[in-house]
Amino acid sequence: MEHPALPINVTVNGKARAAEVEPRLLLVHFLRENLGLTGTHVGCDTSQCGACTVHVDGLAVKSCTMLAVQADGADVTTIEGMAEGTALHPVQEAFQEQHGLQCGYCTPGMVMTAAHLLETNPEPDDDAIKHALEGNLCRCTGYINIVKAIRWAADQMRGQHASS
Amino acid sequence: MSTEQSNPDSLIGASVRRVEDPPLLTGKGCYVDDVKLPGILHVAIHRSTHPHARILSVDTAEAAAMPGVECVLTGDDIGDLVLRTPMVAPGMNMPDHPILARGAVHAVGAPIAAVVAESAAAAQDAAASIQVTYDSLPVVTDAEAALEDGSPLAHEELDTNFCYSMKREGGDVDKAFAEADHICRLHMKSPRVVAMSMEARGVLAQPDPARNELTVWLSTQGPHRARADLANSLGFPENRIRVIAPDVGGGFGSKGCVYREDVLVCHLAQKLGRPVKWMATRNEDFLTTCQGRDQAMTSELALSKDGKMLGLKVRVVANLGAYLHSATAGPPQRMLVMAPGCYQLQDVRVEIVGAFTNTVPTGPYRGAGRPESVLNIERLADKAARDLGMDPLELRRKNYIQPDQFPYRTGVGVEYDSGDYEKSLSEALRLSDYDQMIRDRDEARQRGELVGVGISTFTEPSGGAGFESGAVRVERTGQITVLTGSSSHGQGHETVWAQVAADKLKVPMENVVVRHGDTTAVQQGTGTFGSRSAVMGGGALATAADRVIAKAKAIAGNLMEASPDDVVQTEGGFAVAGVPERNVNWRQVAGAAYAKGTPAGMDPGLNETAFFDPNREAWGFGAHVALVRIDPDTGELTIEKLVLVDDIGVVLNPMIVEAQVHGGLAQGLGEALCEHMVFDENGQPRTGTLMDYAVPRASTMPPVVVGETETPNPFNPLGVKGVGEAGTNGAPPAVANAVMDALSPLGIDHVDMPYTAPKLWRAIREAGKG
Repeated sequence: MEHPALPINVTVNGKARAAEVEPRLLLVHFLRENLGLTGTHVGCDTSQCGACTVHVDGLAVKSCTMLAVQADGADVTTIEGMAEGTALHPVQEAFQEQHGLQCGYCTPGMVMTAAHLLETNPEPDDDAIKHALEGNLCRCTGYINIVKAIRWAADQMRGQHASS
Repeated sequence: MSTEQSNPDSLIGASVRRVEDPPLLTGKGCYVDDVKLPGILHVAIHRSTHPHARILSVDTAEAAAMPGVECVLTGDDIGDLVLRTPMVAPGMNMPDHPILARGAVHAVGAPIAAVVAESAAAAQDAAASIQVTYDSLPVVTDAEAALEDGSPLAHEELDTNFCYSMKREGGDVDKAFAEADHICRLHMKSPRVVAMSMEARGVLAQPDPARNELTVWLSTQGPHRARADLANSLGFPENRIRVIAPDVGGGFGSKGCVYREDVLVCHLAQKLGRPVKWMATRNEDFLTTCQGRDQAMTSELALSKDGKMLGLKVRVVANLGAYLHSATAGPPQRMLVMAPGCYQLQDVRVEIVGAFTNTVPTGPYRGAGRPESVLNIERLADKAARDLGMDPLELRRKNYIQPDQFPYRTGVGVEYDSGDYEKSLSEALRLSDYDQMIRDRDEARQRGELVGVGISTFTEPSGGAGFESGAVRVERTGQITVLTGSSSHGQGHETVWAQVAADKLKVPMENVVVRHGDTTAVQQGTGTFGSRSAVMGGGALATAADRVIAKAKAIAGNLMEASPDDVVQTEGGFAVAGVPERNVNWRQVAGAAYAKGTPAGMDPGLNETAFFDPNREAWGFGAHVALVRIDPDTGELTIEKLVLVDDIGVVLNPMIVEAQVHGGLAQGLGEALCEHMVFDENGQPRTGTLMDYAVPRASTMPPVVVGETETPNPFNPLGVKGVGEAGTNGAPPAVANAVMDALSPLGIDHVDMPYTAPKLWRAIREAGKG
């Protein structure tokens, strides 16, 4: 089906991007195919698994459930934009420290969801963490170390905040 | 690098953080779909919507004319290309397995036509426009029904749904049953479940016509076996194919074989002379990737009145689905060696039968026949105790193989290497505060609540299926490269193999790099499945490391003008025994090895490869305990406590081992609580996406306590046993026994997994209570 391309302007990981895209192009495909940001993964096609989670204007969003044209004018952060240089985001560091990943496929989505959780709730208990992960599936870890990692990251981030 | 370890001198046993993680955490992983090549073409496949039908016509004209479409192929266009799979049982029936359907389809999702286009979206649009007319045929989905006289045939060209059968018998089973006081009978079905790796299957093939070569990026658990299987199906030389398993997003057994799409994509790439890629949608993955379990088990356990197990008969009917993949017939065969479990049973008869149905093919999935076998004997043990009015612990203890009986040959002719079942059981009882749990259960039961306690004690084989390879190469500068045939897909081999090599060679872990997943880089290999890597890949690596050390000692002796017998290893190198100031480091030894510094008569170089096969499996064991509560009004099941104690011999990296137990447990709980691939009576899949198929979420996981005991394996260099499937094998029977314990006051004898709320609610209602 040929449809006329539409122009969009999106800021992705701090960088302004202009493109002409098919109206039906999903945000995840725009990120992966047009921008080459392949850290955002596709796991289910039906909005259950959360492997494609990115931040859009500060909210954790499943990029397989949003059209690229809907992101026109938005500020998008992907997993590639989480570390500052070689310094990992505390959530990324936590996943390594607490062994919160195995095959790594769900990990970008998990990290993005967890980072958003900790921005809105810096001191979540395990139930709050599990609730926040309701839209993210992992098949390797049994979630146990993911929950541990998010708790660890929360502690680190509060510690950093307190000491700054 | 942070470590926690009991012996600070040893890297083996240290919880070293994974070296794999940084790229995966920062979006720099590289899975098949992340590989970008110029000129790439995309494949989409038109699939059967019928479970069984003759194909009357396939109209591809509209598709072929659509923008961006390079070509459209049907079965007739690709001729005799079929998926070639081995005959694993003498005389087994093997239906045709064409790469694209020819004449008929035998399951929903069978591929009928392939579209190649400039973009994935263009290919999908065109594939959707293909029109197929069908003539529907009768359908069978249940394996036991498929073997009944007059059943519809899954394949018209076969005059039966029977695929193969195998039998194993030891002792005098008829005599044991004739002398029994009681015979405990049970019929069970394990639910069909889906591997559901987060990365669906995918393949990318790049031809090199000028050199007559083919490079294939494949989401696989075993690149070397995949290369041979592709070569056989394509009729293209194995040594001209390079298979690369890049980062692989989980497999759990389902990515151990080659699939039709893999052969198709290679064929298309060669035909078109351009790179060609296919990525499964999640729905395609549900319809085409080998699924797990779906076995019906009919068992009889003969007992004396005081609870001594005298004999066992088991008959398994396995649903193989519509087509045979290379390992489809494998999982049921586990019952042949595992039926007796932890118990002294010498009079045993096991028969397995595989049947074709019009469903998705089955195959290995985490446990691969082990979960069914453990479920069978552990449900039998519990039911037998209930039949006889005995404590289920007492009945188990009365029949355990005792520590001084190992190595122990069971009634099915298998030798268990080592074990101490009482040790893991008592540790699980201690960690679960079992006696208190039983008192609490009894009090709750007095109040009319449905609360139950269940245990399973099990032994499980790991590390079989042929050889594994490992190589240790000391480079000219003294850096260490390890090549392993154990291609990892999330298990952390890059970390653990570096630990093993660094520990053996006494060098910092940072000096070791582990390479895997590329048939050009690595010598032959088998792959990662069946909890085999620590035993097989670890054994191969340890053997290669020992050989390198022996050669390095000879070279070091030459350099230090000492006898190799007087050379000892030191941190980072070698010294003359008792004369520490006479020493050389790995760099000096390597330099000599590549520059005429080897002793007379010794080949240059410092590079050893080992192919390892202990010719026996390693039998780990464990004890799992579950406490459950069922809401009598809704049927909702809550696991209130779960304790897992596993004995896997020597632990190489406790952090990774515990996480393997977690992951196995989650998949086991999925099977016990919620996962079920359902086909309706017409053969239509009702659970073909994650909208309908329930996998565990974070909130599904109950409170878990993981404990361990350590009984080293005497039959491999590292003393290890596999762990990847422990949680999947042991936990579901513990939960099943707990559920049956909770329902026992209602007179309910058995309910098959998964224990969904509607199923338990119905069972409670039908029991006329609650």
